[in-house]
Amino acid sequence: MSAALEVRGLCKAFGGISVTQDVSLTVAAGERRLIIGPNGAGKTTLFGLIAGEIKPDAGSVFVLGHDVTRLPIPARARVGMARTYQIINLFSKDTLAHNVVLSLLGLLPLRRNPIAALAARSDLYDKAHALLERVGLAARAQHRISEISYGEQRRVEIALALAQEPKLLLLDEPFAGLSQDERLIIKQLIAEIPRETAIVMIEHDMDIALEFAEKITVLHYGQLIVEGDRDKVVNDPMTREIYLGH
Amino acid sequence: MQFWQIQTLNSFALGGLLFLLSSGFALIFGLMRIANLTHGALFMLGAYVAVSAMRAGFGLALAALIAALAVAAVGGLIERLVLRRLSGNAQGQVLATLGLSFIASDFCLIVWGGDTIPIQTPAMFQAPLRLFGLIFPTYRLVVVGIAIVVGVVLYLLMERTRLGAMIRAGVDDMQMARAVGIRASALFTIVFCLGALLAGLGGAVGGPIFSAYPGLDSDMLSLALIVVILGGIGSLVGTFVASFIIGFIYTFGTALLPDLAYVILFLPMVIVIAFRPTGLFGTIKT
Amino acid sequence: MKRSHLLLLVVLIALPWFSGEYYVNLASQILIAAIFAASLNLLVGYAGLTSLGHASYLGLSAYISAWLSLRMGLGHALTAPAALLATTLTGCAFGWIALRASGLGFLMLTLALSQIVWGLGYRWVGVTNGDNGLSGLTRPAPFGIDLANSAAYYWFVLIITTLVLLVIARFVNSPFGATLRGTRDQPRRMSSLGYDVWGIRWVTFVFASFLGAVAGLLYVYFNKYIHPSVMSVTVSAEALLAVIAGGSGTLAGPVVGAALVMLLKNYASAYVERWNMLMGFVFVFIVIVMPAGIVPGTQALLRRLGGGRK
Repeated sequence: MSAALEVRGLCKAFGGISVTQDVSLTVAAGERRLIIGPNGAGKTTLFGLIAGEIKPDAGSVFVLGHDVTRLPIPARARVGMARTYQIINLFSKDTLAHNVVLSLLGLLPLRRNPIAALAARSDLYDKAHALLERVGLAARAQHRISEISYGEQRRVEIALALAQEPKLLLLDEPFAGLSQDERLIIKQLIAEIPRETAIVMIEHDMDIALEFAEKITVLHYGQLIVEGDRDKVVNDPMTREIYLGH
Repeated sequence: MQFWQIQTLNSFALGGLLFLLSSGFALIFGLMRIANLTHGALFMLGAYVAVSAMRAGFGLALAALIAALAVAAVGGLIERLVLRRLSGNAQGQVLATLGLSFIASDFCLIVWGGDTIPIQTPAMFQAPLRLFGLIFPTYRLVVVGIAIVVGVVLYLLMERTRLGAMIRAGVDDMQMARAVGIRASALFTIVFCLGALLAGLGGAVGGPIFSAYPGLDSDMLSLALIVVILGGIGSLVGTFVASFIIGFIYTFGTALLPDLAYVILFLPMVIVIAFRPTGLFGTIKT
Repeated sequence: MKRSHLLLLVVLIALPWFSGEYYVNLASQILIAAIFAASLNLLVGYAGLTSLGHASYLGLSAYISAWLSLRMGLGHALTAPAALLATTLTGCAFGWIALRASGLGFLMLTLALSQIVWGLGYRWVGVTNGDNGLSGLTRPAPFGIDLANSAAYYWFVLIITTLVLLVIARFVNSPFGATLRGTRDQPRRMSSLGYDVWGIRWVTFVFASFLGAVAGLLYVYFNKYIHPSVMSVTVSAEALLAVIAGGSGTLAGPVVGAALVMLLKNYASAYVERWNMLMGFVFVFIVIVMPAGIVPGTQALLRRLGGGRK
């Protein structure tokens, strides 16, 4: 079985400054991987390169064995990749249910249909309800995104990603800006994501993130410094020096 | 031989006028991130004000100065009274300038009537110039000269003065410019007035070539749009180069294929947009 | 269809029996403007792409149909589909160019493209007859029904308008319509959800240009004459004003807006002859005071006044 994600020799420079330097990593199917590093380590750029929002100067990206290096973003979704965003960019004027339906529709041929009545497709709305149920928001399905709290919006964000039934899920700082209670809810949601889905997360919140990770990749100045299981990385003197600071 | 020579000079003259027109458009776009759709109307207003000034007995040079200042004042009013109310709403501002362009063009129709009003070439430039055995219409050379002088002045203004430094900072990053204490509000007014001034000057200086007629605004707006799209929206160098490219294409197109001159204008724009959506020299992708 | 809509339709059908020819013709013009504005609304309201070049499609289809019948001697059965097809193909090409950009770049490209078409209308005298326009045109006679008189033509336009509005209603409520609104609100997100944002916009652009061409045919049949000024920015702006004034991104908005604009224009040209200036003022007024449109704007205003009294 091919790896969920394989990155080979990725390089990216902005205006002569190298932000990603020859990064290679492999995430197995179903694995939980955490990518950490201090500010400016190039985590977000690496995410952008994998997601297809940034074009690499060199190197390649494989998702489930498919070379997606040159694929546009929507085609990557079709290969089985999904992502969440750090900054909320949901459809704020629409209901929660409609948001999830748009996510479900993205991978169906029905999305091209200009004649059928979308509102009549109860199968999609039932499925959306089920997904909202999974993130504990079924009761608010008919509310607009703008009417629910920030923490709830982050949960909708996860529901949208789950709707795509991804084989590879990229989580971009899912705990950022949340209260302690909300963090626990999100943590629980992530823990419930089935094993068919490999997860790659970048996160600042070490306490909650370390617990999640099976393997950890440490980036520093665009380079991969240490990689391995939790104990190995935490105890590595390099990690302690550059990241944990002691 | 005479044909090519005259048309080449005509191309340069048109290019120069297009630069006067489009540089203001590009400045305003670069700083305020709006497309000023009154720009064609401001050009036309410049031509008409020059007509009135000349009827009042002024020479073209003075009339052009009056026209430029009057149109700059109109630009200032537009910025202060209308665009200011819509700050942060770029689309609203553009639609407002569209509405204002209709008002301005109807205003000109009321005041100056529907007939084409020719503008006399100043007597001193009426005699053709003989150089190296070739004959040149003198006024066209003057127009090219004015465009080059304006180009140099703009360049010096942008690169060598404090105002230019502030404008450049604002073009790069308005928020950052505000953070270092640049008063965006005053800067916007100044740049809008400057852009209007250039359009008004263009209209007056172009008077002996184009005349003043209803519809001049629409013709000029099309050309300005094509120039800035081709040159790269917001780039002065790009605007300069593209003005002369379009000046050549349009002049020769009109002379050789009068029916299809407009299609020929369209081609370079399409080709550039296809390969470089930011235009030849542009950095702003809209 | 709601009961109120049916009632309105009945009133509209009955119109020629209780009003004079002048008003029947005015009603035809309003309906044509409504189709035109509704097609532009697909771009402005549903795709979030403000086009200032929609008059091109109205003008192109009118000119192509006129030219084919005058110069080629073809009948309406051929000229109508040919005009629709050629205009839609132009829409394919123009959409490809204009959608290299979005936002203001899109607005400027659509305006520049339409100015070129407008310039061609004036200058390509051999084909368009320039400023004299093309005259001596006829109305079609579908299934042998003569549309020469005002009432018959009005009913014909009413049928087409109803059909077009039903098709648009279907379109915006379809899965494709939902994804179109998604690309308007969150293009980045749509792309990561697996949607080809550019393709969705382009298809909509082409569809809007097709419906614009339908309005163009009705327009040229109505006037039996065509002049390059129909491709001017004024005509694009009138339609945009109708969309924004009525309320963009709603089904009824552009229809209401088109009626208002046409009534105002009719009034202005009959009494003050200053339509351009009036339209300019209305434009500035709407943009500054009621950016959401007259229908939603008035509602909001009333609510605020009501709230103030409490």
